[in-house]
Amino acid sequence: MDVNGLLSNFGELTTTGLTQGAIYALVALGYTLVYGVLRLINFAHSEVFIAGAFAALWTWGALGLTQDSVVSGVGQIVFYFLIAMVAAALASAATATLVERVAYRPLRKRNAPPLAFLITAIGASIVMAEAFGIYTRRLPQGLPTIVSNEPWFTVAGVPVSIVQVLTVVAALGMMIGLDFFINRSRMGRGVRAVAQDPNTAALMGVNKDRIIMIIFVMGGLMAGVAGLLYNVRIGVLTYSVGFLLGLKAFTAAVLGGIGNLRGALLGGFLLGVVENYASGLFGTQWKDFVAFAVLVVLLMFRPTGLLGESLGRARV
Amino acid sequence: MTSLRTKLHDARGQLSDRWHHMPKWTRWVLIAAVVVFFYALPNEGFYQHLGPIPTTESNFGQVLFTVSIYVLLAVGLNIVVGFAGLLDLGYFGFFAVGAYTVAVLTSPSSDLKTLWQWEMALPLAIGITMISGLMLGTPTLRLRGDYLAIVTLGFAEMIRIAAVSSEFLKGQRGLNQIPHPPGEYADGKPVFGVLDARPYYWLVLTLIIVVVILVSNLNRSRVGRAWVSIREDEDAAQLMGVPTFKFKLWAFAMGAAIGGLAGALFAGKQNFVSSQNFELLNSIIILAAVILGGSGNIVGAIVGGGLVAYLIERFRGIELFGIELYEYRFLVFGLTLVIMMIFRPQGLIANRRRSAEFKDRRKEVAVGG
Repeated sequence: MDVNGLLSNFGELTTTGLTQGAIYALVALGYTLVYGVLRLINFAHSEVFIAGAFAALWTWGALGLTQDSVVSGVGQIVFYFLIAMVAAALASAATATLVERVAYRPLRKRNAPPLAFLITAIGASIVMAEAFGIYTRRLPQGLPTIVSNEPWFTVAGVPVSIVQVLTVVAALGMMIGLDFFINRSRMGRGVRAVAQDPNTAALMGVNKDRIIMIIFVMGGLMAGVAGLLYNVRIGVLTYSVGFLLGLKAFTAAVLGGIGNLRGALLGGFLLGVVENYASGLFGTQWKDFVAFAVLVVLLMFRPTGLLGESLGRARV
Repeated sequence: MTSLRTKLHDARGQLSDRWHHMPKWTRWVLIAAVVVFFYALPNEGFYQHLGPIPTTESNFGQVLFTVSIYVLLAVGLNIVVGFAGLLDLGYFGFFAVGAYTVAVLTSPSSDLKTLWQWEMALPLAIGITMISGLMLGTPTLRLRGDYLAIVTLGFAEMIRIAAVSSEFLKGQRGLNQIPHPPGEYADGKPVFGVLDARPYYWLVLTLIIVVVILVSNLNRSRVGRAWVSIREDEDAAQLMGVPTFKFKLWAFAMGAAIGGLAGALFAGKQNFVSSQNFELLNSIIILAAVILGGSGNIVGAIVGGGLVAYLIERFRGIELFGIELYEYRFLVFGLTLVIMMIFRPQGLIANRRRSAEFKDRRKEVAVGG
């Protein structure tokens, strides 16, 4: 226990935690959406995230950037950031759709037991992670520096970098957009209807398969943006990072209440901050341990999460 | 295609029918022949006549030891996944708990300095894994089944992180000089030495037989019927008065204990345990083995575990079109899981009852589904 270590770095641990939490939250949204509608833990979502991260990497590569390039000038930064964001979001959405079509839909048609879905999900996840691993020869891939990691301004003596601001702002923006889509749009109403009662929704003329496709696409878009933000923040990409990040994002989703969009947001930020405080307290190597311990303790005492499960529940 | 499939299906059905209609003594003779075959397998004078079966590289006794450990793990996981229908994605975590318990109690490099003998540490290792199974199962088995999957995954990862990071478990440096199992030949040489892997294989094989007899008896008893009812419909089982939580916890703890036994055997053979022995994907290999062989069927689990572990070793060092096949093992097992679940969820050697469950569900496809 190193209480001094925690207190002396409190500000920095908080900002790092919030940045990391923003990425968790974006990935957690994908879990929450799919779980809310299908009652299925989409294990393959971690590789949907990785697909986005690799798409961003390859887009930059195709535009002539190498791992030593440093992009300067606001126009250039915005250009490279946005183009990679579009590529990552599209790649992730496509991957998520593919997983739905290949791995889940055939099982749904056969009314397979829930266990079967989990097993195909984990199988699909491994296939994709390994494919990226074999393609990159299991080596970490260096990334160009798009946005500088230097401190931009300080708040109460804590330096804040552009990357951190960008990550949190981009994540919040995506989430507000998603929240509007689910709660205000016509299609969003369809999503909520299927989540509440799939069979009745189908009888009322909602196309269930299309709604399921939409939630996978939406989750994929969020995960793709998370992949890009991860790249910009960390600067190195290894094929296997998706697994751990996916597991933590799922923890975040459960923490906030799975199926609840705002819960995923809260859970993501909370988990990011808590695990960074823990790393200040016990040392960095125990960070992931604490994150899982949070999950186990949480499931013992409040399995419905902090805000409760809502997407699937009828609101009277 | 369909006709081939039905033909194959019929052939398998006939084989199984013929087996059940054989006189009891014929069955016993056949079983004895299979057992003798597997005991004889690691002897060079025997396996060199078997053509392509022995692996190209390394010591075949060692390969068979690895395979037998996987078979034992598959039999253990089959109780959890196959009988009770609970998805445990961190089964290798229990293997690690068993191996580390033995290592910490016996190794001179451990901080405890107890320096126990292997056979003293063995029952404690099984007990501690069983308790860790109970501790993990008690909070999570009350929840929906899919939470169990994620918590077990997290548990295995926590064990791995603890093994890597904690001072007590020595990380990558590991715990060394773990004693071997006891026993001496008449001339005073130890039975379980360093060079010859065969005695370890025979030990594991014997334990597999014991475990299989115990588990199949249990599966035919009241406990086994309770597991089937939970797997088929938990709510209905509960209504019929089956204490579902108790029996789920039982299955989970028994699976854990068998995982711990395998870990203790591994530690006794290897005499060195470090954090590098416990990669997370190993849990997935065992799961793939159980699913491939046919979950819910002990013979299926044995065949699946043996086949998967053997193929991994068989393809080690073989190149095809300039590609090292060993590199692709996890990719192949991931694909196996997906393909099996879509086309043959009951596994290669199916449990009849289990196949009927899948068929039954297919008829109940919901509206708009």
